[in-house]
Amino acid sequence: MELDNAKKVLEVSHLKQYFNVGKRDEVRAVDDISFDIYEGETFGLVGESGSGKTTTGRAIIHLYQPTSGSIKFNGQEIIGMKVAKKMQQFRRDMQMIFQDPYASLNPRMKVKDIVAEGIDINHLAKNDTDRSKQVADLLATVGLNRDHASRYPHEFSGGQRQRIGIARALAVQPKFIIADEPISALDVSIQAQVVNLLKQLQRERKLTFLFIAHDLSMVKYISDRIGVMHYGRMLEVGTSDEVYNHPLHDYTKSLLSAVPVPDPEYERTRKQIKYDPKFEDGSKKRELVEIVPHHFVQCSQDEIPMYQERAKKMGLSVKE
Amino acid sequence: MQSKETILDVNHLKINFNTYAGTVKAIRDVSFSLKKGETLAIVGESGSGKTVTTRSIMGLLANNAVVAGGSIQFHGQDVLKMSQKQLEGLRGAKIAQIFQDPMTSLDPTMRIGRQIAEPLIIHKGVKKEKAMAQALEMMKLVGITDAENRINDYPHQFSGGMRQRIVIAIALINYPEILIADEPTTALDVTIQAQILDLMRELQDKISTSIIFITHDLGVVAGMADRVAVMYAGKIVEYGTVDEIFYNPKHPYTWGLLSSMPTLDTHGDELASIPGTPPDLLDPPKGDAFAPRNPYALKIDTEQEPPFFKVSDTHYAATWLLHPDAPKVTPPEQIIERQKKFAVMQKEAEAKEQHRIEEEEEQQ
Repeated sequence: MELDNAKKVLEVSHLKQYFNVGKRDEVRAVDDISFDIYEGETFGLVGESGSGKTTTGRAIIHLYQPTSGSIKFNGQEIIGMKVAKKMQQFRRDMQMIFQDPYASLNPRMKVKDIVAEGIDINHLAKNDTDRSKQVADLLATVGLNRDHASRYPHEFSGGQRQRIGIARALAVQPKFIIADEPISALDVSIQAQVVNLLKQLQRERKLTFLFIAHDLSMVKYISDRIGVMHYGRMLEVGTSDEVYNHPLHDYTKSLLSAVPVPDPEYERTRKQIKYDPKFEDGSKKRELVEIVPHHFVQCSQDEIPMYQERAKKMGLSVKE
Repeated sequence: MQSKETILDVNHLKINFNTYAGTVKAIRDVSFSLKKGETLAIVGESGSGKTVTTRSIMGLLANNAVVAGGSIQFHGQDVLKMSQKQLEGLRGAKIAQIFQDPMTSLDPTMRIGRQIAEPLIIHKGVKKEKAMAQALEMMKLVGITDAENRINDYPHQFSGGMRQRIVIAIALINYPEILIADEPTTALDVTIQAQILDLMRELQDKISTSIIFITHDLGVVAGMADRVAVMYAGKIVEYGTVDEIFYNPKHPYTWGLLSSMPTLDTHGDELASIPGTPPDLLDPPKGDAFAPRNPYALKIDTEQEPPFFKVSDTHYAATWLLHPDAPKVTPPEQIIERQKKFAVMQKEAEAKEQHRIEEEEEQQ
């Protein structure tokens, strides 16, 4: 993708999300992160549990009230948005697919009512026939059939439930979808089906995705660009090929070296790189710096030359 | 590897579950053996019967389970015919298990030193002080830092990775002959997973236990297993050495599993996926259970279950495609790539063998 001319849909800057502020057990779940997401791309967010990737997703979709910072969606500031009408439009434009397909569907609602809830709230259906038709179309889009509409969630397998969750997200014709670990609860053979469906929907509907996951091979496969999070901070951002093939930050290197690969030869010779968190010890002020065009690393001013040197050694052209 | 003694022999195991909806045929004729010191990985989707298989080895089947046939021979004794008392002597002493979720498999109200020492006190009758001293040694062995000060801590004071180390310490304190690891790293982050897997490999060398490793993650299998058994719908469909399964798979289900997982080099618009969902074991389909999802299915697959066909002395697969009369099919692209690698590896191994023979002749 041509990043220089791409339009920014989402601009997150200096986002902080703290919990229990001012108390002894204050948690800085997301601590001053900035990144942009371009129209039509898939931005993957990776990191270990507790790194703040889910919190970031939830703060963006306004499930939390961020502590400070700014989140702009199509140029409009989301944080502190007061006008109810604008907020409702935002909630239509941005939808979420959740991790656990067993917990995210109301067991007492029929599939058609689950899928149509957004349609009802936003008055998107002219009458009952139109509503049923929209539901049937959505179910067909995600690979289910119209007979499924009058059933309850417990009658479905995990993969099918996740498809219902996707249909529900699509019902309000969103432009932006946050998918928080959408496949980690599914079996290997079903994961590929759901990933293919998401990619197909993205092509057909020109959707933008924020894809949150800890499965690095899957994130690499599905994402155009990737952000690596650790301890609530963003350590590296770049195109997925570059982050995976030419990681600049030590943490990214260590994380990638731990990914098990289905290749016994490779596994026998694998060396895991130990991580020494000296480059994020909090002693210096560190920000994301563009080392190579569109490839950012969190570092302090005096560390820039070191990363530039690393990039040069990998044969990358350093940003002047 | 072949010459080593077999310590566990599972023969034609069949297990059903009686439920309100009918009889679920969870294990449908499973046979395998485990040799001393080796790691056998059992791979499959949820519901394929991998966990039920290991639970039957531990004598931990649910009340509604019925053993419909077969035997599990451990040192010449059938585990399935043992009394509760005999089983209690087996579990935690000769055969130990690590469970998937380190958050729920420890007792939250018991200090961890005591939990680690408990199997010693119960099975070996070791006195408390001595058992605690051994527990401390074990904590150090599994890499719990500052063990002296942490021996009296409770599970909630440890992180997930540390808790899994504690679970491993409990399982290994009696130096079991067989360690069953049921998805031991699924709940952990990749970096922690790598540490735990390293630890398991290291400990296996030290105490030469055999490991049955259950997982759905083929990446983990590639790094851990000596041999691999692939399960589908309550049956083993293919088994062989780790290289044979990863570089020369013969069963279309194994092909599907291997090509539906993206590696860090996978590109392209679409992942190869296995269509459909696993069959309902209340009413398993006639013939090959994988046939409805199998793009390579032959007509006979819907009528008759395929027997095991021999690929090599260590490699067998249950698919009609291996029958001499079966049509030749082209496996998915990713599999062909893997087979190329296998051919190169075999040639190298042959050359090495040749070289060795020549050297021996020279010496004579």
